[in-house]
Amino acid sequence: MLTVGKIEEGFVLDHIKAGKSLSIYHMLGLDTLDCTVAIIKNARSGKLGKKDILKVECDIDTLDLNILAFIDHNITVNVIKDGEIVEKRALELPRTIENVCRCLNPRCITSIEQGLKHVFYLADEKNEIYRCRYCDERYTEATA
Amino acid sequence: MGTLRHLMTPMDFSVEELEALFTVADDIRAHSGDYLHCCDGQVLATCFYEPSTRTRLSFETAMLRLGGSVIGFADASSSSAAKGESVADTIRTISCFADICAMRHPKEGAPFVAAQQSLIPVINAGDGGHHHPTQTLTDLLTIRTLRGNLNGFTIGLCGDLKFGRTVHSLIHALTRYEGIRFVFISPKELQIPDYITEMLDDKEIPYISTRRLDDAIVGLDFLYMTRVQRERFFNEEDYIRLKDYYILDAAKMRLAKPEMFVLHPLPRVNEIAVDVDADPRAAYFRQVQFGMYVRMALILTLLSKTDAHINEGLLTQK
Repeated sequence: MLTVGKIEEGFVLDHIKAGKSLSIYHMLGLDTLDCTVAIIKNARSGKLGKKDILKVECDIDTLDLNILAFIDHNITVNVIKDGEIVEKRALELPRTIENVCRCLNPRCITSIEQGLKHVFYLADEKNEIYRCRYCDERYTEATA
Repeated sequence: MGTLRHLMTPMDFSVEELEALFTVADDIRAHSGDYLHCCDGQVLATCFYEPSTRTRLSFETAMLRLGGSVIGFADASSSSAAKGESVADTIRTISCFADICAMRHPKEGAPFVAAQQSLIPVINAGDGGHHHPTQTLTDLLTIRTLRGNLNGFTIGLCGDLKFGRTVHSLIHALTRYEGIRFVFISPKELQIPDYITEMLDDKEIPYISTRRLDDAIVGLDFLYMTRVQRERFFNEEDYIRLKDYYILDAAKMRLAKPEMFVLHPLPRVNEIAVDVDADPRAAYFRQVQFGMYVRMALILTLLSKTDAHINEGLLTQK
């Protein structure tokens, strides 16, 4: 069994669907931040069978985690301070998502126009459906 | 000076705003001479990145009949788009020349990008398979004029209900009125998308789906025919198999109510036989004319001309 040490301050993102941790790493912009990150892939899980976990050592105000609700609202967000879990943060679906994923509709203006933000808006909160601001194409995982 | 307003989707205007727009269109139709100089000295830019006959000429005629002038281009190859200019830069430039712009673009969302950068009102004149709001306004004005109101009727939509943007927009627009019943007539391959029927289910709006035009036509107040569009198919065989699936002819018209009207966004290919054209219920060429009136009303509205016109009493003295 692989062991990854505790973090003092930051987040533990648990119950990530197996294989999704790297894309979440990029969506949260962790590749651009100067912080310590542990990516655990295919950990054993009673609930999911296999899961990924991200441990991020950073100031807890650094990250906008609502984006996680857009990706997968089943992810558990544990807020860590002084080495202890101080909060299990509830995720709210963001109204809009900017430059997190691209619209892959080949007929969308974003496919040719330079300098446009890729924006998705929450079209149906109940069914968690996002659509492209420009062409209204529905977001699917393949879109990301 | 009022807030800059654009038209991107048919739902951008409330039902009340649409009623005001249609009232202006009615008045233009009845008293076109009163509007000949409403836009004197003003310029409409028609930026058409793909070919169009009806829509571009309708916009241009609308502006000319209001006393304004027209500049623009009729395809992307005759504009700076051919040199790689962005939509955003094009509209910034056009904003320096014109007072209002109608834009058609093959890419979905292009007029929205233009509207975000524009200093003048932008009208979406069709963006790929996405929206064509002035066609929907045309359809609504036509129905309203032929029927007297937009409530309490059964409309059959026939042909390509899967890819047809005019059909989707019209359904959305009609859901805001009372007592509308939909009959969707299409082959299985071109059925109305689930998200539309789910929306109707949510709003408890009645609809039925059928493949048989002969059976469905009997109970309709309006029949909206559509063309099966070759450009929507990846497979030529499928297109050939489905393109003549429905042909409305004089024999089928005999099954319909005497007061049922036939609409079509045009151009038609084979889906309406020419022997229907002489039938007084064939309203598709009148529909084209209503399109011009509604675009005149829209230009006046977006240029904030209608308030002045109403204040001058031109609408109320009739």
